Amino acid sequence: MNGLRGSVEIARLTFLEARMRKMLWAILLLGAAFLILYAIGFHLIYADIREHMSGSAARLLEPTNFFVMAGLYAINFLVVMLAVLTSVDTIAGEIASGTIQTIVTKPLRRWQVVVGKWLGLALMLGVFTVVMCAALLLIVKLIAGYMPNNPVTAIGLIVLEGLVVLTLSILGGTRLSTLTTGVVVFMLYGLAFIAGWIEQIGSVLRSDAAVNVGIVVSLIMPSEAMWKRAAYLMQPPFLRELGFSATPFGAASAPSEAMVVYAVLYTVVALAVAVRWFNRRDL
Amino acid sequence: MLIETHNLRKTFGDTVAVDSLTLSVGAGEVFGFLGPNGAGKTTTVKMLLGLVAPTAGEARLLDHRPGDPAIMGRVGFLPEQFRFPAWLTAGDFLDVHGRLYGLPAAERRARIPRLLARVGLADRARSRLGEYSKGMMQRVGLAQALLNDPALVFLDEPTSGLDPLGRREVRDLIHELRAAGVTVFLNSHFLSEVEVTCDRVAIVKRGRVVRIGTLAELTRQTTEVEIRAAGLTAEVVMGLERWGRAIADLGFGIADSASPIRNPQSEIRNADSARLTLTIASEDVLPEITGYLVQSGARVYAVAPQRISLEELFMRVMEEEE
Ligand SMILES: Nc1ncnc2c1ncn2[C@@H]1O[C@H](COP(=O)(O)OP(=O)(O)OP(=O)(O)O)[C@@H](O)[C@H]1O
Ligand SMILES: [Mg+2]
Repeated sequence: MNGLRGSVEIARLTFLEARMRKMLWAILLLGAAFLILYAIGFHLIYADIREHMSGSAARLLEPTNFFVMAGLYAINFLVVMLAVLTSVDTIAGEIASGTIQTIVTKPLRRWQVVVGKWLGLALMLGVFTVVMCAALLLIVKLIAGYMPNNPVTAIGLIVLEGLVVLTLSILGGTRLSTLTTGVVVFMLYGLAFIAGWIEQIGSVLRSDAAVNVGIVVSLIMPSEAMWKRAAYLMQPPFLRELGFSATPFGAASAPSEAMVVYAVLYTVVALAVAVRWFNRRDL
Repeated sequence: MLIETHNLRKTFGDTVAVDSLTLSVGAGEVFGFLGPNGAGKTTTVKMLLGLVAPTAGEARLLDHRPGDPAIMGRVGFLPEQFRFPAWLTAGDFLDVHGRLYGLPAAERRARIPRLLARVGLADRARSRLGEYSKGMMQRVGLAQALLNDPALVFLDEPTSGLDPLGRREVRDLIHELRAAGVTVFLNSHFLSEVEVTCDRVAIVKRGRVVRIGTLAELTRQTTEVEIRAAGLTAEVVMGLERWGRAIADLGFGIADSASPIRNPQSEIRNADSARLTLTIASEDVLPEITGYLVQSGARVYAVAPQRISLEELFMRVMEEEE
């Protein structure tokens, strides 16, 4: 079987698994529930605010922006959770149960198994991210007529964050047990989250040391940095000029474009290492 | 040769799982791989399939590196640990694996029901594997191993979970495979099963092959001959000891010093016909023995080689020291 076809068969299998185990339905239903709840909540609160702040449209911008960022941040968090939970068992679990043995003894190369699983999960995660973010922005647009800056780039960055986490989790699964991988990836995510804050506060206080700590951790785990950049790009310019984030979800300073390139490279390298580790391991 | 290994070795830390294994299996052979628990059978099969990397030595499968995708389409494998995804139905499971083999849809549609029927699961094709019993799981694994009409099949203890009927069915299946010219590498603990299915057998012990050959060769190597003759003197019987160890029917060695028939001149009691068993190295000496007996004046009624069973051979091999 040629390279692409083998990977596509494995990707198809991950999709089939998600469907047969009712995971797709659960995500679809709960995602819809999230959006409906968000729409109702935003609608009610927006109507309330408009009543109290009658007249000035500009003054409505700040609370609206707050709601958009809070909603997107919640989605961003769901994406990270889903990235880990859907992928953490896919290789480690099949090695532990032995089901991998009948798969890798088919006319496939091992890299096709890793890349195929990555492809299937990345596709599902990507579609989920794009649909959820787009739906949320659409809800806000319909209710408040507001669209943050750079929505497409921002969604792309959230997808990239999901892929970073997903790939790391697949990488862990080629060496470690399911549980250990899950713990490691979540810990790294938590670390990056805290480091993001240290960097933000450091930049407000002009503490180079704090900023550097943040950057180093972002290099180890470039997940939260993607959200920070997305949030920064979406901020209305007047909020950006305040020099600090108006919401706890936003960002006063943005990780640079170089960090985005780094995150892409990081993902590619992590996948390559996952292939290499899986290739060398006894099954 | 479909399978060839040369000094294949695998260690896990300090444990030597397989220790310089050299063997070859030819096309159309049903090859039995026997050994006690932990002898290295599963590890060997895994090395032959590219699942486990050897520490040293070399293995070739269909003239390729083990695991090479170029040949794996012609290889079938039933793992020892037959756990398959619980969320798939048997039909879907086989369809997925058919796809992984690259079988076109029409072929999958034709073969899958036939194989399910062949392993006795025709009426359970739509059940999820999670609802399957152990033996049913093994049966579906067997169907999976034969999905691609393989030229070479590895069966790692294919009947460990099966009922007596299932065992019989697998035995018949292996006979069918042999008739179809398929090469089978069989790991098994059921010696009676190996005895009736295998052309050639290797017995492994602590990662080393200690016996290898056709069943006939192996069970002939240490043969017992039953001799029934009249007019035997103790002297004549003692003369037999040059070919092997003779045991009289009474249960003692002829040459034992405590033997009641030490007196060379005395004719053995029950002169009409004495029965004794002689353990010899090979059947080749039978004519010599017969000639000797006749020349000594004994009236020979029977010189009958007794094949030992595979089980007996296995037990003896296990008792041997290194
Ligand atoms: N993954 C592993 N890690 C460490 N040791 C292993 C591993 N796999 C096998 N071994 C060791 O290698 C030796 C051979 O194991 P193997 O599974 O090949 O035996 P076997 O002949 O198939 O036994 P059984 O009849 O019980 O199936 C054993 O001592 C076992 O403990
Ligand atoms: Mg075994």
